[in-house]
Amino acid sequence: MNTLPQQLANGLFLGSMYGLIAIGYTMVYGIVQLINFAHGEIFMTGGFGALTVYLALPDGISMWIALPAMLIGGALVAVLIAVGAERFAYRPLRGAPRLAPLITAIGLSLALQQAVFNWYHVDGDAKSARVFPQLPFGPLHLGSVTVQSGDVFLIIAAPLCMAALAFFVRLSRTGRAMQATAQDPDTAQLMGIDTNRIIVIAFAIGGFFAAVAGVSYGLKYGSVSYDMGFLAGLKAFTAAVLGGIGNIYGAMLGGLVLGVAEAMATAYIADVPGMHQLGGGSWAPVWAFVLLILVLLFRPQGLLGERVADRA
Amino acid sequence: MRQRSLVILTSVLTTGALTLTACGSRDKDNKGGDSGNVTVTIGVDAPLTGQNSATGLGIQYGAQIAVDDANKNKAVPGVTFKIKALDDKAIPATGQQNATQLVSDKDVLGVVGPLNSGVATQMQQVFATANLVEISPSNTGVELTQGKNWQTTKSRPFKTYFRTATTDALQGAYAADYAYNGIHKKKAFVVDDKQTYGAGLSKIFKEQFVKQGGKVIGTDHVNTGDRDFSTLVTKIKNSGADVLYYGGQYDESEVLTKQLKDAGAKIPLFGGDGMFTPTYIKTAGKASEGDLVTSIGVPVDTLPAAKDFVATYKAKKYPGDYGTYGSYAYDATTAIIKAVGQVVKDGKVPSDARSQVVDAVQKTSFDGISGKISFDEYGDTTNKQLTVYQVTNGVWKSVKSGTANPK
Repeated sequence: MNTLPQQLANGLFLGSMYGLIAIGYTMVYGIVQLINFAHGEIFMTGGFGALTVYLALPDGISMWIALPAMLIGGALVAVLIAVGAERFAYRPLRGAPRLAPLITAIGLSLALQQAVFNWYHVDGDAKSARVFPQLPFGPLHLGSVTVQSGDVFLIIAAPLCMAALAFFVRLSRTGRAMQATAQDPDTAQLMGIDTNRIIVIAFAIGGFFAAVAGVSYGLKYGSVSYDMGFLAGLKAFTAAVLGGIGNIYGAMLGGLVLGVAEAMATAYIADVPGMHQLGGGSWAPVWAFVLLILVLLFRPQGLLGERVADRA
Repeated sequence: MRQRSLVILTSVLTTGALTLTACGSRDKDNKGGDSGNVTVTIGVDAPLTGQNSATGLGIQYGAQIAVDDANKNKAVPGVTFKIKALDDKAIPATGQQNATQLVSDKDVLGVVGPLNSGVATQMQQVFATANLVEISPSNTGVELTQGKNWQTTKSRPFKTYFRTATTDALQGAYAADYAYNGIHKKKAFVVDDKQTYGAGLSKIFKEQFVKQGGKVIGTDHVNTGDRDFSTLVTKIKNSGADVLYYGGQYDESEVLTKQLKDAGAKIPLFGGDGMFTPTYIKTAGKASEGDLVTSIGVPVDTLPAAKDFVATYKAKKYPGDYGTYGSYAYDATTAIIKAVGQVVKDGKVPSDARSQVVDAVQKTSFDGISGKISFDEYGDTTNKQLTVYQVTNGVWKSVKSGTANPK
């Protein structure tokens, strides 16, 4: 049986999740030129927020009712933390050298991890991964491709969110204000744009996307854990750079390319003569970062480049 | 300005002095012994947070109950036992730091742990140099006791290292035997997590499964902490394997089995003792139904001697999972307590207590709660019982107990 369609699909699902998280990195970078390394943890808190809502709902509730509530809860938590981080950790450092907010972001990332770790231990159990509820239907079979129930949510939510964001940035007043701020914050402020508000909105949108990714992570893998944000955040950051950091379409494209590349490399590199040692699941991150290095060598601005005119 | 630096200097000096006196007085307290009562600390090293912590906490509290029992029954007159539990997070380097910390604590006369064979390899040398006895309730990596070339010439690398768990040489062989003859599987796909334990176990399974007459039709490796196995699952499904053998811990295999069954591959996942915990079933849910593990010893709930232990563990509401290694940790701790009992007389700790304890542990022999506890010339347990468990209606049910005869 030909496994290519299935492996492609696997890569696309994984890539959509990377893309959703990458949006947060790229939007914040586009507007304030800050790599928000705490973003992986915002993704994690989104997942935990949704789980908390689920646990608070009565037992045996249908997932169709619970899921919207979980999404809202997760998004609320993630957006609040993202906006709070901006207000209390990054804004005071706005004029500081660029290294200062970067270190702050790393510190914030550790603090968030430990906070969730210490706070979230249900019934005195070990602090390992938390079981996440599942959608109540089995996998779908489309031809030779099997789509897991958790992935169904992802393939609906990710394009929907992306399309909404594209429309928002292009057509709405706030979106155009974001583009202006990204191009030149000082001039934008002189033109009457409240740049602080724009920055908060960028963080909030990033937090919302991260929460959607957090919920899909839980649905896809059946569990969330306090340290899930680290590697996911790193991969998403890679995706953002791959697509061209600062560019929202680039983030999504970078995510998809990264996911597919990982899947292809894991599945097929071992079949290339002489490469047997370098195939298999344990090499996935290696190929992901090899791809990043190649792109940076030959196209330093990323796949879609940093289109200065439109990098909201 | 001058004055301010003076203030800082003074406060630093004062703090330093206070710390030093505090250290001194603590030592005096412990060694004081005006009532002829000394405190002996038993170190515990296991993952207590994060990965593998469900089974790791079982070791910590298994040892805790042994110490509480010994103190209650005055097992060693004039000695009060205490547990010092350190968290190695299943990271070898952290385990080594913990080992150094335990060695430098003069009150520590023995150590129980670690959970992971890979961590143990980094700790053995530290304990051997300090002549401090280390008994692992769960390490199954063969080379820990029998040396790197154990398949040809066995030689014991460290005389301070013991274990109450049997080795992967037997565990892997027992699994291969059951997979081939017990559930009649002929084509295995073998995956491991590249750690000392997982890679070693799956290698032995592979060899033994082939010797039984089975075929290994594919192998792959995963990283610890991985959550996405979709590519691997697609590969397994299309390979036509009728059983998946996984060498590693529950953290990855519980996700792997779920994705495997979701993808429509209705084959059981077979693993080692690192997967034998209720957490596995809790996370994987229905997907875990029919999955198998081998584990060391016989089921703890069927051991009459372990009844009190299980009752205490439940009554005290200790976190973690006592079923996998808890009773072994209890017995490992008891072995150290008994050895200390032979070395410490009338509340006096001899200056070479640590090396005397090592010798006493080597000669130990008693009926523990998990069976007879004694060690062979390599430091391995002489109790070589193994059990196959299968997930049946959401719980681990024992299906076969015995011992293996590797081919």
